[in-house]
Amino acid sequence: MSATKQKVTIKGTKDGLVFFMDDSCSFEDLVSDLKNKVEYSHQQILTGPVIHITVNLGYRYLSDKQEQQIRQIIRKRGNLVIKEFVSEVISREQALMERLASHTNVVTGTVRSGQVNEYQGDVLLLGDINPGGLVKASGSIFVMGRLRGMAHAGLYGDDQAIIAASHLEPTRLQIAEVMSLPAEQWVQHEMTMEFAYLIDGKMQVDSIHRIKQIRPDWTQSDIRG
Amino acid sequence: MGEAIVITSGKGGVGKTTTTANIGTALALSGKTVCLVDTDIGLRNLDVVMGLENRIIFDLVDVVEGVARLEQALIRDKRFENLTMLPAAQTKDKSAVKPRQMEKLVNELKKDYDYVLIDCPAGIEQGFKNAVAGANRAIVVTTPETSAVRDADRIIGLLEREKVGTPKLIINRIRPHMVKNGQMHEVDEIVNVLAIDLIGIVPDDESIIASANLGEPVVLKHQSPAALAYRNIARRILGESVPLMNLNSHSGIMHKVKKWFGIR
Repeated sequence: MSATKQKVTIKGTKDGLVFFMDDSCSFEDLVSDLKNKVEYSHQQILTGPVIHITVNLGYRYLSDKQEQQIRQIIRKRGNLVIKEFVSEVISREQALMERLASHTNVVTGTVRSGQVNEYQGDVLLLGDINPGGLVKASGSIFVMGRLRGMAHAGLYGDDQAIIAASHLEPTRLQIAEVMSLPAEQWVQHEMTMEFAYLIDGKMQVDSIHRIKQIRPDWTQSDIRG
Repeated sequence: MGEAIVITSGKGGVGKTTTTANIGTALALSGKTVCLVDTDIGLRNLDVVMGLENRIIFDLVDVVEGVARLEQALIRDKRFENLTMLPAAQTKDKSAVKPRQMEKLVNELKKDYDYVLIDCPAGIEQGFKNAVAGANRAIVVTTPETSAVRDADRIIGLLEREKVGTPKLIINRIRPHMVKNGQMHEVDEIVNVLAIDLIGIVPDDESIIASANLGEPVVLKHQSPAALAYRNIARRILGESVPLMNLNSHSGIMHKVKKWFGIR
């Protein structure tokens, strides 16, 4: 094992240390160099109070198992806390999931009693959700019509998701894990478009014009005058 | 080649059989050849409403099982040359027939008749699947009650997945004075929720019960409001454009005078 070139380069930033991992060598070489640095050669900078570590992988893709291996090596020193892994590459699967998550499904028609429709990403429904009908989405749900049935936004736990409808008169709403039976928990029926959202783990309903205050950094673009 | 129309509702007791009998009779009155098919195996009623109960020899299950030929099971209505019905079996249940067999049977009937009206049983199980199998079009019957509208919504959802496409709606048993008092859903409200086209509205009418007990479809009584409503629906099926009935129509000179002065 003759490391002619540094496989792991450690640099300090104001947020802690960044471990730059060489992305052209083999994983074994990388691991042995990391072990060497953490356990022997860089004692003086790696001891002391808690230090946050960012692991920058460059163009290397790590499997879950490999990531665990690196975590274990760094964790041997109790004061080193891994903040995040940064990589320039992601798997195809993850890329697809991210693409779907940012996708808005435009759907037309009426969701009728007994029908369950599930979507990845946001849903823009041009139609009604009738009592007994259910729409699920990993993102937010926007209904250009009457929401009189059930809606579940943030299917995989996104608590920033919202449910908006021209007429929000649901029998049941759910955002992430929080379920709400509107008739019992909030009374509205204003003549404006409304939306439901989570604040401190509780569901609230507000007029749509308040969305800017409630989710200030939610959309990609704002209205500019 | 005729057309097969299934008459369904989801909920029971909203008037599917009455509707089938009356639309069928009205179509026959306007000169079309019509065959009524009762698919409510085990709980048949259409024969009773049509007054043909005591003429049943063979039934739908006999035909499907090959015990009888189709022509043997068909009952010709003596009042009209061009109206026949195929009764359901009373001793079997819905599982006696499969959708495939129903489809074949209905296709057979479509060759000989202008209209094949299929009376669907309540529910969404086997009986419903059988009834829908051979149909080209569907009519959903509901009443102005929340439970019936809910079930109609469910049925429309199921029909949209079948090849019958988007069904047409009949709202049955409307009581104008209850609608006026806000105790009953309005027609517009129901159409709004169900989001399908209306093909007719039928007022609640005591003569329906009376004529069903007599075994005479109400359309044969010219003066009854329900009879007029069913004749209108038949005309719409034939492609005529007939305006919806005004259920709040008051007759009498005093009403006209009041209307003149703008008092209602």
